[in-house]
Amino acid sequence: MQQKRRAQRLHNVALLDVRPGGTVQDPRTDQPVSFRELASAQLPRLYSIARRLVGDDAEDAVQECLLKGFQRYGQLKAAQSGPAWLKTILVNSCRDRARVAARRPYKIDFDEVEKFSLYRKIAYEDPFPYSDSLHLDFLGEFGPEDVRAVLMRIPALYRIPLVLVYMDGFLAKELARRLDVPLGTVLSRLHRGRKLFEKQLWEYAEETGLLKEGAR
Amino acid sequence: MISCYDAVRQLWEYLDGTVGEADRALVEEHLGRCRRCCAEMEFAHEMRSLLARSARDDIPADVLQRLNHSLEELDR
Repeated sequence: MQQKRRAQRLHNVALLDVRPGGTVQDPRTDQPVSFRELASAQLPRLYSIARRLVGDDAEDAVQECLLKGFQRYGQLKAAQSGPAWLKTILVNSCRDRARVAARRPYKIDFDEVEKFSLYRKIAYEDPFPYSDSLHLDFLGEFGPEDVRAVLMRIPALYRIPLVLVYMDGFLAKELARRLDVPLGTVLSRLHRGRKLFEKQLWEYAEETGLLKEGAR
Repeated sequence: MISCYDAVRQLWEYLDGTVGEADRALVEEHLGRCRRCCAEMEFAHEMRSLLARSARDDIPADVLQRLNHSLEELDR
């Protein structure tokens, strides 16, 4: 099924009238830079961001970003702004996907989430009774794969700001500008995202047996 | 002095630098006197580090090949 989708996607790329493409001048070298040159160097970074924003849809999101980027390449003023420009296109593509996903119903009791404190939960449950640094040991159980799995449990509306601020180094106000939403909205989603992250860290640890002795 | 509840509620924002000057001063005053909240701030700091450490996600070779192929198609 996935192969079929990929084949269809490539076919669509070939059929689309995707001009202009062309080149943009790099003022540092005074040389023209093609879209392909610009985007090719950014693929690992774009994929890495998309993976954390939309999980298994990452490849599709990057494909969409490449298409949109190619079509709008003439709007780019200077090649040196290209990486940030592509990242914005990708983030917006991922956000659009998240909007579609958000139409699928999920119910979160935010009163309960707001009351949850991972710090207190760890102290209360005491998963490592002989530890002198209980809280840090708890976090030490999580590898990068675990963290990514935890993030994917959080609805995209809250996951996207969390990922972009704490993993990709965006400032909240920069994110608000790029996503074209008020700063207060970004801060509110960040707050909820952090609370959900805390709660999901605990639930993931319990469900996957991460806290059992010898689990690693 | 603000309560532990109010201080803890703002810890991430404090670390992010997104609290206002007045709130920042109140959180700092509280942290200067409350060891428990200092420990909770250290925990919040470690959670941020955990996220930052998990940022890298290598692109699989087959995905990279397909994406480069799409770029080739666009370039034709």
